Amino acid sequence: MTDYVNYTTGEPAVDGKAPAGPVHERWDKRRFEAKLVNPANRRKHTVIVVGTGLAGGSAGATLAEQGYHVVQFCYQDSPRRAHSIAAQGGINAAKNYRNDGDSVHRLFYDTVKGGDFRARESNVHRLAQISVEIIDQCVAQGVPFAREYGGLLDTRSFGGVQVSRTFYARGQTGQQLLLGAYQALSRQIAAGNVEMHPRTEMLDLIVVDGRARGIVARDLITGRIDTYFADAVVLASGGYGNVFYLSTNAMNSNATAVWRAHRRGAHFANPCFTQIHPTCIPRTGDHQSKLTLMSESLRNDGRIWVPKAQGDTRPPNQIPEDERDYYLERIYPSFGNLVPRDIASRAAKNVCDEGRGVGPGGQGVYLDFADAIRRMGRKAVEARYGNLFDMYQRITDEDPYEVPMRIYPAVHYTMGGLWVDYDLQTTVPGLFAIGEANFSDHGANRLGASALMQGLADGYFVLPATINDYLARNPHQSPVTAEHPAVQEALAETEDRLHLLLAVDGDRTPDSFHRELGELMWEFCGMSRTDSGLRKALERIPQIREEFWRRIKVPGTGEEFNQSLEKANRIVDYLELAELMCLDALHRAESCGGHFREESQTPDGEAARKDDEFAYAAAWEFTGTGKAPVLHKEDLVFEYVHPTQRSYA
Amino acid sequence: MARTVWDSTVGKKAVMAVSGVIMLMYLVVHVIGNLKIFFGAGEFNHYAHWLRTVGEPFMHYEWTLWLVRIVLVVAVAAHATSAYQLSRRDIKARPDKYVHRKPRASYATRTMRWGGVILGLFIVWHILDLTTGTVHSGGFQEGHPYQNVVDTFSTWYGNVVYIVAMLALGLHVRHGFWSAAQTLGVGSRTRDRALKTVADVLALLLTAGFVAVPVGVMTGVVS
Amino acid sequence: MKLTLRVWRQKNADAEGAMSTYEVDAISPDMSFLEMLDVLNEQLILAGEEPVAFDHDCREGICGACSLVINGDAHGPERTTTCQLHMRSFRDGDTIDIEPWRASAFPVIKDLVVDRSAFDRIIQAGGYITAPTGSAPEAHATAVPKADADLAFEHAECIGCGACVAACPNGAAMLFTSAKVNHLNVLPQGAPERETRVLDMVAQMDAEGFGGCTLTGECATACPKGIPLVSITGMNKEWLRATRKAGKR
Repeated sequence: MTDYVNYTTGEPAVDGKAPAGPVHERWDKRRFEAKLVNPANRRKHTVIVVGTGLAGGSAGATLAEQGYHVVQFCYQDSPRRAHSIAAQGGINAAKNYRNDGDSVHRLFYDTVKGGDFRARESNVHRLAQISVEIIDQCVAQGVPFAREYGGLLDTRSFGGVQVSRTFYARGQTGQQLLLGAYQALSRQIAAGNVEMHPRTEMLDLIVVDGRARGIVARDLITGRIDTYFADAVVLASGGYGNVFYLSTNAMNSNATAVWRAHRRGAHFANPCFTQIHPTCIPRTGDHQSKLTLMSESLRNDGRIWVPKAQGDTRPPNQIPEDERDYYLERIYPSFGNLVPRDIASRAAKNVCDEGRGVGPGGQGVYLDFADAIRRMGRKAVEARYGNLFDMYQRITDEDPYEVPMRIYPAVHYTMGGLWVDYDLQTTVPGLFAIGEANFSDHGANRLGASALMQGLADGYFVLPATINDYLARNPHQSPVTAEHPAVQEALAETEDRLHLLLAVDGDRTPDSFHRELGELMWEFCGMSRTDSGLRKALERIPQIREEFWRRIKVPGTGEEFNQSLEKANRIVDYLELAELMCLDALHRAESCGGHFREESQTPDGEAARKDDEFAYAAAWEFTGTGKAPVLHKEDLVFEYVHPTQRSYA
Repeated sequence: MARTVWDSTVGKKAVMAVSGVIMLMYLVVHVIGNLKIFFGAGEFNHYAHWLRTVGEPFMHYEWTLWLVRIVLVVAVAAHATSAYQLSRRDIKARPDKYVHRKPRASYATRTMRWGGVILGLFIVWHILDLTTGTVHSGGFQEGHPYQNVVDTFSTWYGNVVYIVAMLALGLHVRHGFWSAAQTLGVGSRTRDRALKTVADVLALLLTAGFVAVPVGVMTGVVS
Repeated sequence: MKLTLRVWRQKNADAEGAMSTYEVDAISPDMSFLEMLDVLNEQLILAGEEPVAFDHDCREGICGACSLVINGDAHGPERTTTCQLHMRSFRDGDTIDIEPWRASAFPVIKDLVVDRSAFDRIIQAGGYITAPTGSAPEAHATAVPKADADLAFEHAECIGCGACVAACPNGAAMLFTSAKVNHLNVLPQGAPERETRVLDMVAQMDAEGFGGCTLTGECATACPKGIPLVSITGMNKEWLRATRKAGKR
């Protein structure tokens, strides 16, 4: 065993920005206390924003509207393609349009509870407060949410809650919200307030005198590596689910921006909190390059079941009703098929492990719409889920109107991310992280339709209010030039890394390493984790890393459009991040949310949280590749929602 | 506004659509007049003479006719110029062809450009043949259109040129009418079927009506 | 399945391109088209050759990155995106031609990758509603008839992939532009900028060097999201209306 596991515990992590006082007054108080930048002075400040998803797109647009000079980056060919676009189900907001008992406090309560009491109350409450403004903002931008015949907005219920607070645009809510943000950003690009760099990937963070002052980025078309300077840097680069190779993330979603920031001093919090989404299309073979999610909204009307008998290979329609096990309805009668994602995923894994899984390899469960079709008619089902059914049929060549869908859990979202304070600032002054890139609001498990809410809350409302404070307190930062030693160092490190990748000229492709790492992580750091498994993974990862640098083969040069080089460089970072994820999972010897430790469960197999030992966020400090990191614990205090064992039964 | 229209691809298409509709309306009147040939030289020649006296006494002899001619010349010029400029632009916008080629859109759609050129050339010939008599076969007689028409369709090439042109006209009108409706923004999902039917019927009636004359001459119904 | 691929290879924007022929074997009918190309690329890397560059990202038919002309059809034989096309649409022994989008407004960057930034500039010209953050009224302040909301949504589904341009014999961007114009102009929130939006977007579309519309309908046939041809009619109407209004001012 490497000495990587022998981490040390440092000073506690402290969020120095959240004001004290009643939770519902904290955001107002913070906004009032935050220093402001004179409108005339804003244009003198440059802010770099990395990423153009819901968080980055909305932040870039809003900061530019406020008068800042924004320099923004995305690796895609257009800011409109960020992976937020693929979110299907919806966005939560405590509007209580249904008069069904919803409120800001209930959304706050549901989110803290849904996150299994591993999120900060102040942050979550702010999120719930802002949720209502987001809907207003998006409607004003022309986001075509679903409406009822009276012309008012429609809502539906979503996994893990009992009120109908999810706003949606058919199965393409993420797309519509992202296009809204993209269009707002486009307006600012046209106005000259945002300098947009598409097909440009951030490869390092530039820290000068302890403050984030810029980034190193590569133009993916020409291969040119350049430095960009600013007064503050905002990372909105998304999650790190692609560590697992197979996930619902886009193929090029990656962890490089956050990992490089971590290496430059930003603490990384709760890396083991990954969300495995219960309703994805099962894989069909080794060629699989990614997994496709089927919206959780399907669980509103679909019923999940497996055969009662092991190894039952009859086609589903030949299995009589009394030989089916609607296991979620059986185990969790009050929430039934609508239990939170972590619970639904683990239950699916359990029945498959019992040998009752269906489809090729027994890695699947049925999601059946026969009852819904009988009840509402095919037309109504089609209106609600038509595009999802079409998508399913296209991928599997099976008609879900006739045959039940087959689904299986897959890596979907990462709750962990860069540690940030209430202002969304990381431990590096001037470096902010928003959206999925930070760790702040979802605790150990994210509820459905909350990612879109958080991304837009951070980008439209939180960051634009808090970044002022930082810029106002640091109004006259000395200009950084390319000659500064810190800049030269970051640039040289990046160039060396890429040169080395090209120089190895080994005999294995980047994908082969990525796949190997992914399989290892899925096995030992996936849906359920054990001490011995994690130790095995921790032993194996440095070996893969060593082999990677010996045998990687990247064709072409660095001075051109080179997708193999992009890929290989991202894998370099996955190979380090994976190690931290395993260590975090190993050290957290409790089960909570998406993190399930087999050693920590109740007699009836439910996750057992250990609040006395682990009611903290784990913020890790980097000390060197393969070197034991330092753990900083941020104790979580629950004044309003008292931790209880989650019960959805 | 005129500048905006002429400088824009959408505006230029609208110019084509409006000029096309003007020509189309003219053709409908034209084909009705042509069919008078089946009622004998007297009625046909009288009709031709009347065309010159329309609007009298307010208008002088042939004023109305010249007015129509001017409008038509402007329409043809606008239609042809826009078509030429738009085509140039379209070809420039797609300089590299696909290696793997597939036959595409309907025949009527694909033949708009060449069909238009054929019709343009035909109009020149048609005017030189039956209006000025410059290239008329046999002795052109001013004021005796019935005989002039019979002369033209008594030659094989007269018939060939005319019938080919009228078939091209049918195809051109078929896509053109529907297309003009879309360009002018009057098409809609509910109206699409009706528009396509009207286009087909118009194309068919115009072609049949015009072709009836040479057929009539060839078969001896008109002589 | 065993397949012969003829792929457009072009080193960079300035280089001459040509079709190259490759063989791939052991292709499963369950693979997506892009997974089949992954197989080819793994093969090429191990053989010391440069893999084929192509744009792709979400691989679930929504980001609009993938952009291949397959056997002469934008996104191939099915009405979907390239990433959602599966190999079961082909037969063992087939020869498949793979080319990039072709339009002078979409110059080739490398192999099958083209530059579609012209689309971004069309949106920048007016494809938005001016609603600075914080200025929004309560969402229910304005009811939007369901029919209008549905119509707006139908046009808002455009993923900006550019298949319409690739399929159009004139390299026109009318369907892309009209989808956004219709989406925003049908909504009450979009009304204040209704005229300037359509005029500016069409002007930008022309300035980018896209061709004009001859209503061949190829764009709508190729569109993976089913944006209808009548969308173009709607934009024409908006444009003429805006021009008339601008003329009066």
